[in-house]
Amino acid sequence: MSIYLDHAATSPLRQEALTALINQLKEVGNPSSLHTFGRDTRKALEEAREKIAKFVSAKPSEIIFTSSGTESNNLAIKGLFWKSNRKVIVVSAIEHHAVLDPAKWLAEKEGAEVIEIPVSHDGIIDIDFLSNLISKREAEIALISVMHSNNETGALQPISEVIKIAGEIPVHCDAVQSLGKVPLEFSGLTAMSINAHKLGGPIGIGALVLKRGIDIPALLHGGGQEREIRSGTLNAPLAAAFAAVLENYPSSKINDLKNRLISGINAGIKDCIINTNSNSLPGIVNVTIPGTTGETLLLLLDLEGIACSTGAACSAGVHRPSHVLMAMGRSDEIALSSIRFSIGPNNSETEIDKLLEVLPAVIEKARLAK
Amino acid sequence: MKLIAAMSGGVDSAVAAARAVEAGHQVVGVHLALSSNPQKYRSGARGCCTIEDSHDARRAADVIGIPFYIWDMAEEFHQEVVENFLSEYSAGRTPNPCLRCNEKIKFAAVLERAKAMGFDGVVTGHYAILKETPNGKTLNRAVDISKDQSYVLAVLNEEQLQGAHFPLGDTPKSEIRKEAERRGLAVANKPDSHDICFVPSGDNAGWLRERLGSETGPIVDQAGNKLGEHHGAYTYTIGQRKGLGLTTPTSDGSPRFVLKIEPVSNTVVVGPKEELAISKIIGARAIWCGAKPSQNWQTGFVQVRAHGSALPAKYRAIGSNGEVLEVELNEPLLGVANGQAAVIYDGDRVVGSATISETA
Repeated sequence: MSIYLDHAATSPLRQEALTALINQLKEVGNPSSLHTFGRDTRKALEEAREKIAKFVSAKPSEIIFTSSGTESNNLAIKGLFWKSNRKVIVVSAIEHHAVLDPAKWLAEKEGAEVIEIPVSHDGIIDIDFLSNLISKREAEIALISVMHSNNETGALQPISEVIKIAGEIPVHCDAVQSLGKVPLEFSGLTAMSINAHKLGGPIGIGALVLKRGIDIPALLHGGGQEREIRSGTLNAPLAAAFAAVLENYPSSKINDLKNRLISGINAGIKDCIINTNSNSLPGIVNVTIPGTTGETLLLLLDLEGIACSTGAACSAGVHRPSHVLMAMGRSDEIALSSIRFSIGPNNSETEIDKLLEVLPAVIEKARLAK
Repeated sequence: MKLIAAMSGGVDSAVAAARAVEAGHQVVGVHLALSSNPQKYRSGARGCCTIEDSHDARRAADVIGIPFYIWDMAEEFHQEVVENFLSEYSAGRTPNPCLRCNEKIKFAAVLERAKAMGFDGVVTGHYAILKETPNGKTLNRAVDISKDQSYVLAVLNEEQLQGAHFPLGDTPKSEIRKEAERRGLAVANKPDSHDICFVPSGDNAGWLRERLGSETGPIVDQAGNKLGEHHGAYTYTIGQRKGLGLTTPTSDGSPRFVLKIEPVSNTVVVGPKEELAISKIIGARAIWCGAKPSQNWQTGFVQVRAHGSALPAKYRAIGSNGEVLEVELNEPLLGVANGQAAVIYDGDRVVGSATISETA
């Protein structure tokens, strides 16, 4: 029996996506071509664009297709910085590396100043900090980037408050984990990153939702597709598959499974600390199991057929303490002894119960192995 | 049995893992990340801790069809091997970090973790043979003498040997490469690792100087006359002849050799070749593979360098617990450095080992 509990990394392709993908892959035509084939493919692409736009309450022209959430984040952070003559980039301390690293790169290479918004013990950004920062340095801030929900803890962030206090400062939101799972609106934002595969769509397609009238420099130059912001042949099959998975995500079922797991851990497993607060995504449970290391827990669970995740891994695959948990005030050691379970549409109560059943023995071994 | 295969990304550990699977064991591949910043340590493909190596190990595990994980042993490796390497050199001794890594990492930290997780032992690509005897496992030289690694494994105690598996000892290296090719392992022709994995450039002296500083000190003859200067006594090894930079020749024109390194006074003592000759060795921290020998002299062979030959000698265990090894060589030997291991052999079988602390 194998149990997949790593949906926040990537979620199995849903049937709707597979059908849309295969149907469109059978068609020929570059969406930019002017003949019938091209127009037909373009039609499929634009229908997908319209669906995605409507789903996030944006205009179709505001959807710029990209290859991934990472590309969308890079495009937004670098683009909004380059467009501005201001030097300060404000990001939350718990952003994904696809936001943090472009910001740090701009600091190293182009003289940006990166200011991180601290977070509470629960992993929620400190709005007062941001508010004070804006009142002091408003004229210097090129952009603010705060994620919609955190990929490690699931914590939902107060985006509407960020938008309110940001005033005229462009706000980018990495909404990759939230799309389709919790209500999400583009309104008030300047840019928003989304992608397909966290939701059961294919890997290899994302979008940057970019407000009309905001033109940012491109990362990829070429055919001038996507408002000349993202050149490259438009990918109608992936776009169609993306659009096919937006609706009908079983969030409430997944939320019940999350609560089942959390109460199971709280009831049956001593000394564990749940790092996921109540205002969070339906599927993510981050838990600290003192006296263990995440890498050992992962290995032992994997050998039991249960897939979960530790924090971020470096390029060589070495487990590092999560910057998210560290920003939440946890020690190195606590951060290293944490794992994330992320639940998706195909999980069942039986699977959660199986996890709860094997956990005590796994934890015991992991403590010995430390 | 359930075994952890320590996979460096090289050909030997890959074939060892494959053989363990074939022998019917349940094998899980593990690559040890020994540096918290892997690129820092070595940029080529010869070391044991680069991103490329971990990728090679992963691909080998894929081909063999076993699960694969990376274990972060950077902290343990730094403390037990790198720090020890530095402190040994600054104390004027010449350590062997591979031996230390086997003793403290591969067959200690890794083996312990493996056992705690429900595994029975660790399989590696070392060239040595373990034999089951009524008195427990014995450690023996590999068939391929040019690749034999029993010297760097001789520090393992009985319990460590119990958990060790060396499936390659009965096969020459050239055969292992062919076997790797047959098995479809991409590392079949990957060059052997040499040098010290955590010294990226291979420039040991430069690496030491960077970390230990380069305090200038005198190079003197045996009478104490200053002949020149050095920039860090620890960058010298007993028996070293080249790189002394002395301009005053000896009266008879014969070359000078490093005889002694005195870390406290930061002095390097040089002298004629014959002064390097020793015939008595005292070793501390003796480890016996099996029963410890008696306090009476016994005959056997001693090896004092990883790639040296075994020399006829007599030896005995002294000290209240047999923790000190005393060796008398049949013929004098030149240039034996403190800090290296003295390994006692009975034929091909390792009797025990100790860290050389004194020679005469």
